[in-house]
Amino acid sequence: MTAIRTQVVPDSGVKTAAPALEPLLNEIHEAGRAGRHVRGSEDADALIPNEFRRRASLDLPEITEPQVVRHFTHLAQLNYAVDTGMYPLGSCTMKYNPKVNDRIAALAGFAEIHPRQDDDTIQGALRLMFELQELLAKLTGMDAATLQPAAGAHAEFTALLVFKAYHSKRGDAARRRRVIVPDTAHGTNPASAAMCGYTVTTVKSDSRGNIDLASLKAALGDDVVGLMLTNPNTLGLFEERLREVCDAVHNAGGLVYGDGANMNALLGVARPGDLGFDCIHINVHKTFSTPHGAGGPGAGPLCVKAKLEPFLPHPRTTRDTDGSYRRGPTPPDSIGRVRSFFGNFGVLVRAYTYIRTLGEEGLAEASNDAILAANYLLAQLRDSYDVAFDRPCMHEFVLSASRQRKQGASALDVAKALIDEGFHPPTVYFPLVVPEALMIEPTETEPRETLDAFAAAMVRVAERAKTDPASVKAAPLHAPLARLDEVSAARYPRLRWQRPT
Amino acid sequence: MLKRVGIKSVDELLTAIPKDALRPKLGLPAGMSEIEVQTHLEALAARNRPAGAGPFFIGGPVQRRYIPAAVPVLALRGEFLTAYTPYQPEVSQGTLQAVFEYQSLLSELLAMDVVNSSMYDGSTAVAEAAFMAVRATGRKKVVVAREVFYQFRDTLRTYAQGPGLEVREVPTRDLVANAEGAACLIVQHPDSFGALVDVRPIAEAAHAAGGLCVQVTEPHASALLEPPGGLGADIAVGEGQPLGIPMSLGGPHLGIFAAREALVRQMPGRIVGETKDARGTRGFVNTLQTREQHIRREKATSNICTNEALAAITAAAYLALMGPTGLRAAARTGVAKAHALAARLSSVPGCAVALDGPFFDRFQLRTPVPGRDLKHALAKENVLVDDGLHHEERDGIVIQCTEMTSDSDADALVSAVERITAGTRETVAAR
Repeated sequence: MTAIRTQVVPDSGVKTAAPALEPLLNEIHEAGRAGRHVRGSEDADALIPNEFRRRASLDLPEITEPQVVRHFTHLAQLNYAVDTGMYPLGSCTMKYNPKVNDRIAALAGFAEIHPRQDDDTIQGALRLMFELQELLAKLTGMDAATLQPAAGAHAEFTALLVFKAYHSKRGDAARRRRVIVPDTAHGTNPASAAMCGYTVTTVKSDSRGNIDLASLKAALGDDVVGLMLTNPNTLGLFEERLREVCDAVHNAGGLVYGDGANMNALLGVARPGDLGFDCIHINVHKTFSTPHGAGGPGAGPLCVKAKLEPFLPHPRTTRDTDGSYRRGPTPPDSIGRVRSFFGNFGVLVRAYTYIRTLGEEGLAEASNDAILAANYLLAQLRDSYDVAFDRPCMHEFVLSASRQRKQGASALDVAKALIDEGFHPPTVYFPLVVPEALMIEPTETEPRETLDAFAAAMVRVAERAKTDPASVKAAPLHAPLARLDEVSAARYPRLRWQRPT
Repeated sequence: MLKRVGIKSVDELLTAIPKDALRPKLGLPAGMSEIEVQTHLEALAARNRPAGAGPFFIGGPVQRRYIPAAVPVLALRGEFLTAYTPYQPEVSQGTLQAVFEYQSLLSELLAMDVVNSSMYDGSTAVAEAAFMAVRATGRKKVVVAREVFYQFRDTLRTYAQGPGLEVREVPTRDLVANAEGAACLIVQHPDSFGALVDVRPIAEAAHAAGGLCVQVTEPHASALLEPPGGLGADIAVGEGQPLGIPMSLGGPHLGIFAAREALVRQMPGRIVGETKDARGTRGFVNTLQTREQHIRREKATSNICTNEALAAITAAAYLALMGPTGLRAAARTGVAKAHALAARLSSVPGCAVALDGPFFDRFQLRTPVPGRDLKHALAKENVLVDDGLHHEERDGIVIQCTEMTSDSDADALVSAVERITAGTRETVAAR
């Protein structure tokens, strides 16, 4: 934790009663400062009729540029990030984000183009998107791709609308109102189904961490839209009877949606399109190394089999016979657009750069190394924590801190203690089927000595839980802040700065 | 590492994968060195015409605005760029406070009580606002003005297929007459053609009929125009890209989403709140999370997880640097240049501003030739404008001005329009 300062001396002019790591912008405001980046004459106000002019005050803070720079620099220094250390959040694939990707995305030819420009003036961008559509289809074993969705959840919603249109075309939409998800599914899956007006049936997992085939078959019927399945699943396990699962859904007239959150295990290892999936989304901010941006932006391209292509959102990029690139015409059965314009282009540029840098061999090596890293860590942690389902994992695995809980330190306590050890904690309490879950995804970009250091830290925390659980419960001691009171934050919401009264 | 795992090859870990599907040939190109990939992508970038390479008047939801140098330096710092969603607040105070600052700045600008930490873009913010109004009122009909950006209306129609909402599109002037039974009236001010719209009677009509008023707006406009909170809007949404975010062909951008306090528990997306840590120090956390998918699953207010947090942080840095003075200056410059240009273009024979009333920093120009033809002809002269913005009943070109619009760009546009339309008139006369 040495990279994080434990104390920031607030600038002068702090007007808050509570001590703070860094004051808020409004607390360093001084009238008359700032605002010299653009000049403009007040004469323009006369062009706006009186009744439309702003009457409300506009009390935005006024701060000099050096103050603003220090403020945001101080804030940045309070963050843990991939650039500062290992970030083993399961299901999030916090791999290193190559800097060349950012530099490419910032080129004027990519960053300073407008989506309403004519196709002739954005040929390079259209070609990049066309090629990316093709690359993603090949990687997933699908036939077509849309780059529009902004994130995984957005792609889920898009796909379910596509499913609805598909069933509707077959005259089957009215009775198909139910989506099946396993009990290991991400929360976005049922939430996306609900946004489509569907009900959700949850199917339990079996003793080996697979979706329970018998329960699935019992849940299937002619009212089922489809199954939403993550593979490898959120336990980090490859579904052992995947083809039987997909066949069962297809036999009931349903479709199989692939939640591609864990695609980082499968590059060059297996293609969802060969395994029975009808479509899969890709979180390029996971699999293809685009930075997570403190929560976003990401991008969630959706790859589909040919039977679903007619329903994809528009616009998509096509290549003309003369070799030029166009935004294609809107197909009659398209669900429409799911957002403005093409997608999160700046993110897609980074993903394309990454794929072209690694190439076929490099991508396969990435997944291989990710799988090896996870199994290597699992081997080192197996004795200190309970293993939820003890079989070879893919790129991530789930431990349980049930043992530690009995000793007096919960999964949350273990997580906070890891902060004091200098690591970002794993995902906790997910998937829901594992009590006291600790979900760990090391990724392929951590060197062996970092994996060893993380394992040693996990083992030390397990030892402390045994001998001195109270010290684990007191963590973190070396983070910028101690544990935060989330209960009162929700009970008495303060959601914006308020002038001290 | 293999030895520690007890295997000779990773394939020993992959026994669950059907043999015939294992390690397929993908048919992807081979990898490249960094210098090779950079050269390849620079060549692709060079085949795009960036806004700065000549006169540029395209705008709408995505605008070419001045980005102070410090904005990307701060927002793209690795500690923001490569962090995840702040699930562990003790080591994520940078993100959480920066997003809290964004919420505070935007709520001041829009005069709204609560702002969430971002939606994907303006269009999905509109769709989510409609969903929220449906939840809040229990009604299934949404009425949207035809002068809302067409991308936003298209997205709303797509989203509406999910729960099966009725979406009625009417001209802005007919919104009031369609308030009965509507979950919300969605109005844009300034509208997609730049016109100023009197939002107050629309909000009053919505409220009188038991519905909500959703206002689509633009951040720079709120610096000079009475903001949504002062006009009676219950929900304010818009595209936040003009707040220091590059155009990048339409994404990643920033969906602004704001609401009145009474509606906060119906809001989609993450919200950051202030609290204290165990030692009593002020800190920030994601709050009211019982609205969200990771807690409530199918009962959540939205499925959104990954959002556009970095864009929100960018907008916060932008607003901090610009301050009220800079923001007003940028907005005023766009307004002044648009009005000057409108006057000059109106004097071109056959051209007229196609708006009945006052406008802001863009306007539609009725032209003697179809808008699309004029747009293409201007593009041949390296002058980029937009055409009718896909409005069913209105043809012409749309001119957006900002502080980036130079006088020489304006001269180039006027003389090109004169030349092209004169040529067309001669062609028509010769027939």
